[in-house]
Amino acid sequence: MSTFLGMPSLPVFGTGNLHAAESFPTAAHRELGNAQLRANLGHATHTIRDKRLQVVSELPDWEQLRDAGSAIKESVMARLPELLEQFEQNFTAHGGVIHWARDADEANAIVAGLIRDTGETEVVKVKSMATQEIGLNEYLEEQGITAFETDLAELIVQLDHDKPSHILVPAIHKNRTEIRDIFLREMPGADPELTDNPAVLAMAARAHLRRKFLTAKVAVSGANFALADSGTLAVVESEGNGRMCLTLPETLITVMGVEKLLPSWQDLEVFMQLLPRSSTGERMNPYTSLWTGVTEGDGPQNVHLVLLDNGRSAALADELGRSALHCIRCSACMNVCPVYERTGGHAYGSTYPGPIGAILSPLLTGIESEENSSLPYASSLCGACYDACPVKINIPDILVHLRSVDVDSKRGKKKLPSQMDVGMKAASWALSSGKRLGLLEKGLPLGRLAAGPDQKITKLPGIAAGWTQSRDIPAPPQKSFRDWWAKEHHGPESGGTNAPAQGNAPADAHNNAQAKAQDKEDGA
Amino acid sequence: MRIALFATCIVDAMYPRTAQATVSILERLGHEVVFPSGQACCGQMHVNSGYLKEAVPVVANHVRAFDTEDYDVAVAPSGSCVASVKHQHPMVARSCGDTALEARAAAVGARTYELSELLVDVLGVTDAGAQLGSYFPHRVTYHPSCHGMRLLRLGDRQARLLRSVQGIELAELPEADQCCGFGGTFSMKNADVSSAMLEDKTANVRSTGAELCTGGDASCLMHIGGGLSRQGSDVTTLHLAEILASTAEAPASVTGDVRVSTGKATR
Repeated sequence: MSTFLGMPSLPVFGTGNLHAAESFPTAAHRELGNAQLRANLGHATHTIRDKRLQVVSELPDWEQLRDAGSAIKESVMARLPELLEQFEQNFTAHGGVIHWARDADEANAIVAGLIRDTGETEVVKVKSMATQEIGLNEYLEEQGITAFETDLAELIVQLDHDKPSHILVPAIHKNRTEIRDIFLREMPGADPELTDNPAVLAMAARAHLRRKFLTAKVAVSGANFALADSGTLAVVESEGNGRMCLTLPETLITVMGVEKLLPSWQDLEVFMQLLPRSSTGERMNPYTSLWTGVTEGDGPQNVHLVLLDNGRSAALADELGRSALHCIRCSACMNVCPVYERTGGHAYGSTYPGPIGAILSPLLTGIESEENSSLPYASSLCGACYDACPVKINIPDILVHLRSVDVDSKRGKKKLPSQMDVGMKAASWALSSGKRLGLLEKGLPLGRLAAGPDQKITKLPGIAAGWTQSRDIPAPPQKSFRDWWAKEHHGPESGGTNAPAQGNAPADAHNNAQAKAQDKEDGA
Repeated sequence: MRIALFATCIVDAMYPRTAQATVSILERLGHEVVFPSGQACCGQMHVNSGYLKEAVPVVANHVRAFDTEDYDVAVAPSGSCVASVKHQHPMVARSCGDTALEARAAAVGARTYELSELLVDVLGVTDAGAQLGSYFPHRVTYHPSCHGMRLLRLGDRQARLLRSVQGIELAELPEADQCCGFGGTFSMKNADVSSAMLEDKTANVRSTGAELCTGGDASCLMHIGGGLSRQGSDVTTLHLAEILASTAEAPASVTGDVRVSTGKATR
């Protein structure tokens, strides 16, 4: 039995679609086997990557914009409670209604309740990460409410009963022939003569969606930004479906993570330059919708906002990880990530894939949740994501931080230490003293012996087998540099330069003998 | 100038020629090289694998080895290890609450340079052929490693030095800025993804028709070379220090029988 003490215990971790159900290496192994996926992803990510580079290079103050974006977000996180209250005050003053949701379950229940109050059983949806994070569509379905995605790519994914694999282009893993087949199979009234021409496919989707827009009484959206000083919400999109959803229905319900706040209208200037360039590689996105509560006689007359925590307070409490909350969901990091490019988004399990997902998901859920502890290791730490991030989230540093949180969380809990634990401990002992390392290096000739006549090591046991599955290791040298330095290096000779050195070449013995003889002659 | 060499553990144990070549280059320019004997490793394998506690003694050892020695600047033939010394060491010290170690680590980091950085920015080498006698008559391609490129912002320093080597034919590597997939223990923990990245890197290397692939980090070169070897390719890898140290009198070859010049050991 629990006693209510009047205060929620912190941190409240996130629930919903934030968890990897299997470890990243296992999921990645499967996804890597999908040649079609890799070809689609390679093509799509490279195209967006090049477009982004081009439009970013046009701006002489791009780096200053990134600095500004980072600084604004940092200040938002530092005064989040105060800004949230300011926003609530302004939004409410303009006729909007604010709801606070601690986690996915609370948010889902609030949205379903609001829809039930209207008496409707169908809603149209604007593409939104927050509603995917909480699994809203699935929850509504259980409640007898059907949610229709209206973003073209989201529609494709929904019709195919699939999951998005990219936060900006959710159907990046499908090609146009697959899309035609999905339309023919799942879209009511689709022309049986439908071709895989992109324009034809778009028109088919348009006709299908237009019927929904004109009949829907309730829309559900996310939000890209919320402006505290005016109580305004913003949705940034490309297709215009969002504008339809935000203006035509009578009731508008928005679900937004608490971190999306910006202090003022002025700050939007920075982010409207950063976001389109970073996400679609466009100078400006086609549609930006802004609304402040209710406008009498124009647009939805019932306007709600569900402010979602779902682990954000927990992430904010992590000093070294909190800047992951600066993310504006542009997806630039996944488009440049060599890991994402090869595995696709599904390998990350969570709604948030790619480099940002590898840090955000475990921050929101806690590192010990299901298989999320494998996510921070899904990176070679190449740093491309940090360079591309418009708000300068140092993703590699946070990945490394979360790895240490993971390792520390397991200390003393395992019955037997892992191979990695044992190896790291031994390496720590060996590599924290020049003497000890020097002593171990005396064993290098043994490695040469093990390498055999072709002088390469091709098979190693245990975790090192991961290396030798696709790589050889060369035979080690006869002696270490340290050994050579101590015994054979005597500094430069005046004016002299060249002398063959002792390496691991077959001629070593000969060279060494020569060197020693020479040293004697020199009186060294 | 008195220059302290940080050989790095992988070069010390697996590629001594790279450190010998580094010594040779610096001595040719008239500088005195010292080798702080207490040195071992920068500890980034531990840090990057999440074993921060185990990294502390490794970092403390490096700082001890390099702040007790008398020298002007320190150099390492590795972008990755230098980035670790500069960026990770103070963080590791901070993580265990050792503020004195943090300050000492920051001081060591501030005067530690990656080889091309030292040669270009401090020692004023603009023409390796003229100033170092560098001579390497081979078709070479070059992989700029991630940490040198993105953490140290080495820019085109390494490529400029390579281009100024006498006799060299530098073939541009397609998608050069893409990671080779090494990533330390990433290559074992996520061996499949790492191998997929390596496959694309080695295919790009082979497409250049180069005899070898060079770069500034022995670890990445071991990874790329290990992949090429497994694929049965004749293309090898060689650290750029060895190319810079190669001269017409004592040329380095691409096949392993490398004869580089170092100090006065023999004449």
